[in-house]
Amino acid sequence: MSAIKIEHITKTYDKGNVTALNDISLEVAKGELFGLIGPDGAGKSSLFRILTTLLIADKGTATVDGFDVVKDYKQIRGCVGYMPGKFSLYQDLTVEENLTFFASLFGTSISENYDLIKDIYVQIEPFKTRRAGKLSGGMKQKLALCCALIHKPTVLFLDEPTTGVDAVSRKEFWEMLKRLKEQQITIMVSTPYMDEANLCERIALIQNGELLSVDTPEKIVASYPQQLYAVKADNMHKILNDVRFYENLQSVYAFGEYLHTTFKNDEAQIESKLTAYLQQKNNSGIEIKKIEPTIEDSFIRLMTEASLIKQH
Amino acid sequence: MRTLKFLLRKEFKQIFRDKGLLPLIFIMPMIQLLVMPLAANFDVKNVNVAIVDHDHSTYTQQLVNKIGASGYFRIANYSDSYKEALHLVEHEKADIILEIPQNFERNLIRENNQKVFLAADAINGVKGSIGSAYLTTVLTDFNSDVRLKWVQPQRLGAVSTIGIDYSNWFNPLMDYHKFMVPAILALLVTMVGGFVAALNIVREKEIGTIEQINVTPIKKWEFILGKMIPFWLIGIFDFTLGLLIARFVYGIIPVGSIATLYLFVSVYMIALLGFGLLVSTYSSNQLQAMFVAFFFMMIFILMSGLFSPVENMPQWAKVISNLTPVTHFVEVMRMIVLKGSTFANIKKQFFIEIIFAVVLNSWAIWNYRKTS
Repeated sequence: MSAIKIEHITKTYDKGNVTALNDISLEVAKGELFGLIGPDGAGKSSLFRILTTLLIADKGTATVDGFDVVKDYKQIRGCVGYMPGKFSLYQDLTVEENLTFFASLFGTSISENYDLIKDIYVQIEPFKTRRAGKLSGGMKQKLALCCALIHKPTVLFLDEPTTGVDAVSRKEFWEMLKRLKEQQITIMVSTPYMDEANLCERIALIQNGELLSVDTPEKIVASYPQQLYAVKADNMHKILNDVRFYENLQSVYAFGEYLHTTFKNDEAQIESKLTAYLQQKNNSGIEIKKIEPTIEDSFIRLMTEASLIKQH
Repeated sequence: MRTLKFLLRKEFKQIFRDKGLLPLIFIMPMIQLLVMPLAANFDVKNVNVAIVDHDHSTYTQQLVNKIGASGYFRIANYSDSYKEALHLVEHEKADIILEIPQNFERNLIRENNQKVFLAADAINGVKGSIGSAYLTTVLTDFNSDVRLKWVQPQRLGAVSTIGIDYSNWFNPLMDYHKFMVPAILALLVTMVGGFVAALNIVREKEIGTIEQINVTPIKKWEFILGKMIPFWLIGIFDFTLGLLIARFVYGIIPVGSIATLYLFVSVYMIALLGFGLLVSTYSSNQLQAMFVAFFFMMIFILMSGLFSPVENMPQWAKVISNLTPVTHFVEVMRMIVLKGSTFANIKKQFFIEIIFAVVLNSWAIWNYRKTS
């Protein structure tokens, strides 16, 4: 049995004028670390809110741990942990008070499930008498995670847990998630950062309320259909403009210190042809090389394709 | 029940840590109760009278002395030019002009009849109307003095005058504080109960903590009770504080039963918290809740009979007035504190408050369910 099963979920706002989720179907296996990747406003939070029984979908059904999100909302509330995108603990209560409070709402106590949160809690324990509002961003995140875990949930929903958190804390946070996974907790995490996608077992790419692709990160990368080239020159601004007008070009976008480009027909001498074209346009220090696509390249391709289809 | 205990514990912790809320709950009511009854005084004193005297006779002198000695008036000017007097009114130095015509004394004696002219500045309506009413009384008084003096020797015993004696029931000295303090106390309980409760619940929404609460197995009634009980207690506490101030500062001891008073306040607070909850279910942030609550508070204050008697209002306003829970509370406060009314006397208002409590709370809970 899958931990989360979503079938044809549709949700609109503003009397049907704004579509947040459009016919979404998805399954997450027990104990899986599943990532929901998408830009802001893609519908990630709406999906989370439906699965945590805070919002009712217009159409479709969904189950969490075998419980229907509408009919059995009471059971779901007892067995899921939810960490909203916005810090939603009591800022005027201390770290310990927050944790005790949420533990008691679930009819448990800190000591009862201490094993589960120990790794995380030890990091914030020195500040346990500090008010939650006075914690740093990373600390708040850890506390929120502790509060979401305190009742030993079977499914954990984390809505953009790393947004607004520094790089080191982000890395730590993902390590914590991996450890939680070992405890057989199903985790569904959303993030706008594509580099975090590789850290999930399976990912779903969501844009404008539609799923573009659901697979393992490796398979998504492997499904990249063309050869990808990295292009570099001394004047990056000029070369970007020049490459844009190259006749055989399919796509180009800046990626770190390189431009990533794909071409309409992958001919053998494409590198020398492009070099000649660019030299003719007075570019210096030209460097062109074949590269393996990353998960981000795959996403960029899927997203541009999806928006092109929408336009036509 | 166990959950409720935790909720209450959390709520009290938060209330006592909120540096902005504490003074609002504990200091503000005291200050208002100490300041407002002193300021909200409708006794009109120090009405400035400009006298325009075209006669300059003994009688006019007597009249002017009488006005000056009444205690309500200050003679702002004494001249024989109406223009000059009007000028003073224009510069807000005089409130009323009394013009005494030429040959006032002579005509009064000869023709038994004379007219004087009164002009009042009506910008301050209260001062204008009450001032001229006082002045008319002084003139009538003067008139009967004159008549007694002149008529009596000729027709002895023929003049019969009606003497009037006053007896002010329930407030023998017509002490304005006794009238205002119970009503202001009612208002304070209303402000603390209605305002603070509404803001508190909306705050959970605004900060987003309600999301986190909603995914726990906590039941709606537990959450609502957890919010209402602390503010109910605070309302009762403030009420007690107010009664103590009334007792030791204004010397007002409720004539009626304290138990009846508390019984009524208890029910009233439930109605009011229902109002607060209702406001909070319709607002999404504290600012909205604040303005909505403020709007209703203004209506409550101005239409509750606190300052102007409900009986004076036009019919439609009376209807609105009766539809606010505060009106009945103010009325009952005055009845019990000043008049010593028993439960039997306030039964009607008591049941009206119960209806308010049921309607407002059901509406609020219904709307609260709908939105989440």
